[in-house]
Amino acid sequence: MNKDYSKIINKNAVKPKYFKNSFLAFIVGGSVGVFGQALIDLYVNVFEVDKVNANSLMLVTLILIAALTTGLGIYDYFGQFGGAGAFVPITGFSNSMTSAALEGKSEGITLGIGASMFKLAGSVIVFGVVSAYILGLIRYIFFMS
Amino acid sequence: MKKQATYELNSGVYIKGTGTSVGPLEKAGPLGEYFDRNHEDNYCGEKNWETAEQRLLEDAITISIAKSGLHDEDIDLVLAGDLINQNVISNYVMRDHDIPFLGMYGACSTSMQTLLTAALLISNGQFKHVISAASSHNSTAERQFRYPTEYGGPKPETMTYTVTGAGSAVVTNVKSDIKLTSVTIGRVIDSKQNNPNDMGSAMAPAASDTIIRHLKDLDIKPNYYDMIVTGDLSKVGTKILLEIMKEEGIDIENIHDDCGKLIYTEDQPVFAGGSGCACCAVVTFGYIKNLLDTNKIKRVLVVATGALLNPVMMLQNETIPCIAHAVAFEKVNENN
Repeated sequence: MNKDYSKIINKNAVKPKYFKNSFLAFIVGGSVGVFGQALIDLYVNVFEVDKVNANSLMLVTLILIAALTTGLGIYDYFGQFGGAGAFVPITGFSNSMTSAALEGKSEGITLGIGASMFKLAGSVIVFGVVSAYILGLIRYIFFMS
Repeated sequence: MKKQATYELNSGVYIKGTGTSVGPLEKAGPLGEYFDRNHEDNYCGEKNWETAEQRLLEDAITISIAKSGLHDEDIDLVLAGDLINQNVISNYVMRDHDIPFLGMYGACSTSMQTLLTAALLISNGQFKHVISAASSHNSTAERQFRYPTEYGGPKPETMTYTVTGAGSAVVTNVKSDIKLTSVTIGRVIDSKQNNPNDMGSAMAPAASDTIIRHLKDLDIKPNYYDMIVTGDLSKVGTKILLEIMKEEGIDIENIHDDCGKLIYTEDQPVFAGGSGCACCAVVTFGYIKNLLDTNKIKRVLVVATGALLNPVMMLQNETIPCIAHAVAFEKVNENN
């Protein structure tokens, strides 16, 4: 019964700026990577941590920085600017959990913060585990024998 | 197109006092000076976003009653609505008032939905003073419809920014200089859009449907009005509305404006413009009312647009049904 407006709507559709977004994501995501490498080098060379532990320390440092900047209300501007470059690294994961926790604060510790924290990050965990399981199975069947 | 949906208010329905209260970003915008009250930050002196929005609505309602020279006991009925589940903002605000109350939901069209209902009730003769009010808060809406406020996912350019504020008006049958002349009740129009980050595109056809029916029902040309204002089509939806209207042979480009475009400047971080119940409410009851008061315009048609979605329906791949309600305002000489 409604008229078809799709022609006019599609004609006026605003296309995302794919090139600009990809370029910024590349630069920002790359910078996060470079910063992570610099942290590893710092831990290995200055603090004399072994390589495996330096890697974990780097991840924890990035998570901490992202969580702190989320709490200070800065990370969302960084995310808006860097797009996928801010979203894909572990900083994006940290931001999704911290922001959800902040949002849940007014509903209490257990049912607010506790229940909200994985609201966005939960699916990353679920599909991370599922894909690890599938790949592990493939590896077990085809490459272990 | 056949069914009549416009009602003329011949018995005399008037706007008495209005009240508006907004957050800091709205105050900093181009219409900042027209709002009655503003808050320094988005918490509005409260402990969380939901109580902050209640503060805004409470402000707006009390200011509108006070500016009308009335008290709670003079008000026969309050019609109010917001965007939060079960209309809780309005429900909770009305705990503190001994006034009969009806909560209404029309998404971002709530301001004109409550106003037109108030107008029809007044013209029916059983009510003397009815309040029409609506509120929205950027952070309560973000958390309900989108993501946590501090979430860093990038927002597209078509997205609108929910206005933090509330607007209220006292509608009455006692003569004043702003008259409500007619109302048009919207139909639900689904233009098969499914992007909740582009509500302007989805709502534009609903706005055009209501405007066209309003003009046809009353047999008037668009230039009967000095201004036709839509609620929150934003930059994206405005272009689509004007094009649909042109295709229908009705040119409103010179007299059209959009509350979502009016309330913020280009350099404020609001993407395509403002939206939310408060967008149309504070612009109409603050800015447009001032234009009428100061005789800058004489007749104006306000068309509030609403996207009637919720996040669950969007995840189920549903499209976005939309609605638009219109109310015509006219400046009249008090001595007539």
